[in-house]
Amino acid sequence: MSLPPFESVVAEHAVTVLRVCRAVLGPDDAEDAWSETFLAALRAYPRLRPESDVRAWLITIAHRKAIDGYRSRRRAPWPVAQLPHEPAAPDVYQVPDAELAAAVRALPDKQRQVVAYRYLADLSYADIAELVGGTEAAARRSAADGIATLRQTYVPEDPA
Amino acid sequence: MNPLAALPSPDTATLDRLHARLADAAAAAGTLDIAYRTMDTPLGPLLLAATPAGLLRVAYESQDHDAVLAALAARVSPRVLRAPSRLDEVAREVDDYFAGRRHSFDLPLDLRLAHGFRHEVLTHLRDIGYGHTASYAAVAAAAGRPNAVRAVGTACGVNPLPIVIPCHRVVRSDGSLGGYLGGVAAKQALLALEAHAGRGRDVLQT
Repeated sequence: MSLPPFESVVAEHAVTVLRVCRAVLGPDDAEDAWSETFLAALRAYPRLRPESDVRAWLITIAHRKAIDGYRSRRRAPWPVAQLPHEPAAPDVYQVPDAELAAAVRALPDKQRQVVAYRYLADLSYADIAELVGGTEAAARRSAADGIATLRQTYVPEDPA
Repeated sequence: MNPLAALPSPDTATLDRLHARLADAAAAAGTLDIAYRTMDTPLGPLLLAATPAGLLRVAYESQDHDAVLAALAARVSPRVLRAPSRLDEVAREVDDYFAGRRHSFDLPLDLRLAHGFRHEVLTHLRDIGYGHTASYAAVAAAAGRPNAVRAVGTACGVNPLPIVIPCHRVVRSDGSLGGYLGGVAAKQALLALEAHAGRGRDVLQT
């Protein structure tokens, strides 16, 4: 078994990686991070074992080569967009996407990464713990905390 | 429901822009081992693939472009990206050929996919001029193995660069067309194009 053309890796995972980069880094740095991720992946690709989990591999590269790098260069925390002070109204599903994006970016670093890796890239908590450090249980808690915050601000109670 | 489902998805224009940027950066970094594109021609979509050394592969749609790219990934390098701008000049020459404006290709070729006698045959095919034909037997003789008529047929059948290396100009000694990797109708059409080019007729109009 041999590796498929790298083009098929891009075709399959470009959107997921960009959504993760946007969620973790914000729109301004996301495209540079995406480019650095796929450029580094292309360089290393011939050495990838054909049976590897390509999505997890790409997210690992995004995290290590791009996202960490950007974070270390950027001293200031992510700017927090104006958030509503009131609990979300029931019609909150109509809330513009940009507000959910801002809410995600307002999460603390680790929660934001864990939530993005879990809910945008569908990584296991074991994989996520390896990326962000700490235990699997801690990663699970970070995700739960992050989602709880998002639900408070944006997602309505289930009327049922 | 995924709590992040409402996050916006990137639009096609953004993805196209990032893809083009990746291909350019990879070429600059020397990690774009195979660039490819497809182009429309009177004989259907053609796949063009090139290494930094030159044009590596041309394939008709009937040869299954996905399968051809998978084979290139396995045989040459999996660092394969769609990168149309790297093949602009090739596409221009192919367009000119089909329009009857170009009678020979002026392109660097990467012949690494053909070995031994097959490689030898390809170099002799390039000596058959536009609008001319040669028999399989004549090509075998020119390649120094007059008894290898069947091997010449095989070499033509696996020509990695059809159209550019004119295996369509090789016909049977009895004047019949013989086979063609793109189908006999394509061979007929190419020979008709070359017979009529310059007479103001677009014989390949479909």
